[in-house]
Amino acid sequence: MTTVRAQTTYALLLALLLGASTLLVRQIDQVRGDTVLQEMLYIPSPKVVKRLSLGYSGLLADVYWTRVVQYFGEKHKAQSKHYLILEPLLEMTTELDPKLLPAYHFGSVFLAQKPPEGAGDPQAAARLVEKGIRENPGAWRLYYDLGYIYWLELKDPARAADAFERGSQVPGALPWMHVMAAALKAHAGETETAIYMWTNILKTTEDKNLKANAISRLRCLRVDTEVKLLQDRVDVFMQKSGHKPASWQELISAGLLRGAPKDPASKAYQLADGRVQVAQPDLFPFITRGLPPGEEAGDLPTEKGFKSVKIK
Amino acid sequence: MTGRLWAIAYNTFREAVRDRVLYNLVLFALLIVGASIIFGQVSIEINRIVLINLGLTAISLFGIVIAIFIGIGLVSKEIDKKTLYTVLAARPVRRREFIAGKFLGLVMTLTVNALLMSVGFFAAVLYVSHGLGRGDLQLVTAIYFILLEFVLITALALLFSTFSTPVFSSIFAFAIFAIGSFAEDLRSFASMATGAAHLVISTAAYMVPNFAALNVVSQVAHGTPVEPKLILLNSLYVLVYTAAVLTASVWIFERRNLK
Amino acid sequence: MAAIEIQGLEKVYRTGFFSHKLKRGLMPLTLSVEEGEVFGCLGPNGAGKTTTLKLLLGLVFPTSGTATILGRPLGDIEVKHHIGYLPEQPYFYDHLTAVELLDYYARLSGVDARERKRKVERALSRVGMSDAARTQLRKFSKGMLQRVGIAQAIVHDPKLLLLDEPMSGLDPIGRREVRDLVQQLNEEGKTVFFSTHILSDAETLCDRVAVLNKGELKGVGVVADLLREKLGEVEVVFSGAQAVAELSSLGALCHATGDVVRALLPERSLEPVLAALRKNQARLISVTPVQATLEDYFLERVGDESPTKPNEVKA
Repeated sequence: MTTVRAQTTYALLLALLLGASTLLVRQIDQVRGDTVLQEMLYIPSPKVVKRLSLGYSGLLADVYWTRVVQYFGEKHKAQSKHYLILEPLLEMTTELDPKLLPAYHFGSVFLAQKPPEGAGDPQAAARLVEKGIRENPGAWRLYYDLGYIYWLELKDPARAADAFERGSQVPGALPWMHVMAAALKAHAGETETAIYMWTNILKTTEDKNLKANAISRLRCLRVDTEVKLLQDRVDVFMQKSGHKPASWQELISAGLLRGAPKDPASKAYQLADGRVQVAQPDLFPFITRGLPPGEEAGDLPTEKGFKSVKIK
Repeated sequence: MTGRLWAIAYNTFREAVRDRVLYNLVLFALLIVGASIIFGQVSIEINRIVLINLGLTAISLFGIVIAIFIGIGLVSKEIDKKTLYTVLAARPVRRREFIAGKFLGLVMTLTVNALLMSVGFFAAVLYVSHGLGRGDLQLVTAIYFILLEFVLITALALLFSTFSTPVFSSIFAFAIFAIGSFAEDLRSFASMATGAAHLVISTAAYMVPNFAALNVVSQVAHGTPVEPKLILLNSLYVLVYTAAVLTASVWIFERRNLK
Repeated sequence: MAAIEIQGLEKVYRTGFFSHKLKRGLMPLTLSVEEGEVFGCLGPNGAGKTTTLKLLLGLVFPTSGTATILGRPLGDIEVKHHIGYLPEQPYFYDHLTAVELLDYYARLSGVDARERKRKVERALSRVGMSDAARTQLRKFSKGMLQRVGIAQAIVHDPKLLLLDEPMSGLDPIGRREVRDLVQQLNEEGKTVFFSTHILSDAETLCDRVAVLNKGELKGVGVVADLLREKLGEVEVVFSGAQAVAELSSLGALCHATGDVVRALLPERSLEPVLAALRKNQARLISVTPVQATLEDYFLERVGDESPTKPNEVKA
């Protein structure tokens, strides 16, 4: 019979060895890094993988979905400019489980948006969502994903309106889809339309990352609105006084403002050479107004549509 | 003590080698290696890639199957059929010597196994690539990692045999291999969980044998070299983890009533 | 010195993983076996014979009690050099030959390399397996396996032999050979402790026996004394069924097969019975004293307790 002493030795030894193995695993994970993810570039055919998974494709899809989220999280945190593997990962995930709706929702936004907020490939995003619609005809939410891509990323409000319209006709679709379709036909250029869309998306999504993204979009739209309003006031001041205001105090004294304006990040808006600017553009990745000179503005909503403008 | 240890190890090796099951499986693996030459004929560049992918995967999977069946056969079966009794009862053999000797014998068997399959594999690579190049050194690393996989699964099969029937031991061993192959994903998943779930899943994710890091097949097929640091770390890991598993096996086995 | 000294050795099993029900494999047993004895452990299946052996050999751990083997306590490793064990229904490594097997065991028992070959061959010849020495064990019959089993128990020349059902699987010739072997080994000074349920074997071989049933020791005794306990009876065989009536009235138990009758009667009735036979003109064939058998002692000790009911104990 083993003695008590022998048993304690075994217990201690076991604890020590398992502790050491855990430390080694952490080291190994670091060295391995994204070897597994890099291998995605080698896999030629998701269809073959599906066949090899022998009926457990659903489970494997979940594994790949975990990798999608992990990959995006890491790249986004590092503010990476390259998301090379996002599309192959999403392709694989949706091939293994075509009904995994969260993958399509995720892909539609994070494949389309420009780096570092996404892979910057709206065509790929549109392809993914269209595949999702083919496989899941009853998923009306995919239509607003498609609509968003066509409208804000591919600059095609007509097709976007069409997408929202088709989506609104799917049984179970919420009424705002129909409202969006109409809004896009008439007011595609207006910030309010975008605010309306993102607010509704925020309400209907459950994904942590997509929620955060919608919130970020809404904050940026608020900045766009506020910067426009402030710029109008500044223009009025310039007209009346004949010179550019040096600070907000001048506008306050002139009765045009009640107090020094702050952006959603609680930082004061800045006045530079008669232009309203945000203090830290990095906090607002989607704004189109209030950017310092030289930064590209992707889409500038005007009353009548879009105009691609470079600000000097 | 080493005399007895060596005697048990050699006896285990001899018993395993004479068992025909071993040969059948080795033959199977080599057949697949041969077949993969044919599959690869589709495209000339793909040739080598397919051979390496298919060949090494076949060696790995069949080797794991062999390791599990032999490992369990040689211990669970011994307890079941009582060959064990004459060794332990009336011989000055401690139970832990028995476990250690068995394990050593199994590792010897599997090393020979791996060597045999590698010879066939390298012959195929030679044929397809018309010569060996520098990239082929990485193939040796891949095979070394596969051998480490064998060692790990054998230790686990031995552990399960000390307390479970042959059928259940096999099931557990295959299951733990499957889970361990996704260990890295499990850890990703754990990092995304919160609260109690995070603690539970993290513990599992670290305790599970890290087979995922031992699979460098696709990497090697595409010529990406394996970092030397990884070779060192994996070797250390398998050493430490195997020691832990054997400690647990000895602990359980020494307490067991052999009815 | 006692070869085996058992003091209150007990084994209680739990019947299932979750149950509280206990099963007594062996009730506290106190027994000793002297050096140079041939000691038989008798009992029906499930009596606790194998449990006792396994406790002594460290395969199973006692719930309470102690024992010593050749003066060493249970769990001592070194004493194993001097013990030989034959398990019930042995099974060995299929793919080894008899010689390889015995060589392996001899190695484990610490037999010197120089002596091993000789000792292995000697052991094999003693059990009559020299011809099959180089055949793989998976081709052996049950009887051959049994012999190999005995060979591995004696190859390293141990002082004490523990044999569990050594005669099982053997034909009458084989059993005779094993009986002779045991006697030889005993004459060489070895102590033999074996368990069996074949009483006639025990009767011929053993110096002392113990009777176990349902985990309990029912009796211990010197064979010679036990056999003398029974009062002599006589068996008279004759032909002449006409005499049966008178013999029965004298108290004889008669069993007739055709004209031949076998009559069992107490020794003191012999004279009147012989007289009755002469009177009835029956032809006397034989008069034989009936020996008491171990079976009588055994049945007496085990009694009418049914050996098939499990010996459950309330916790």
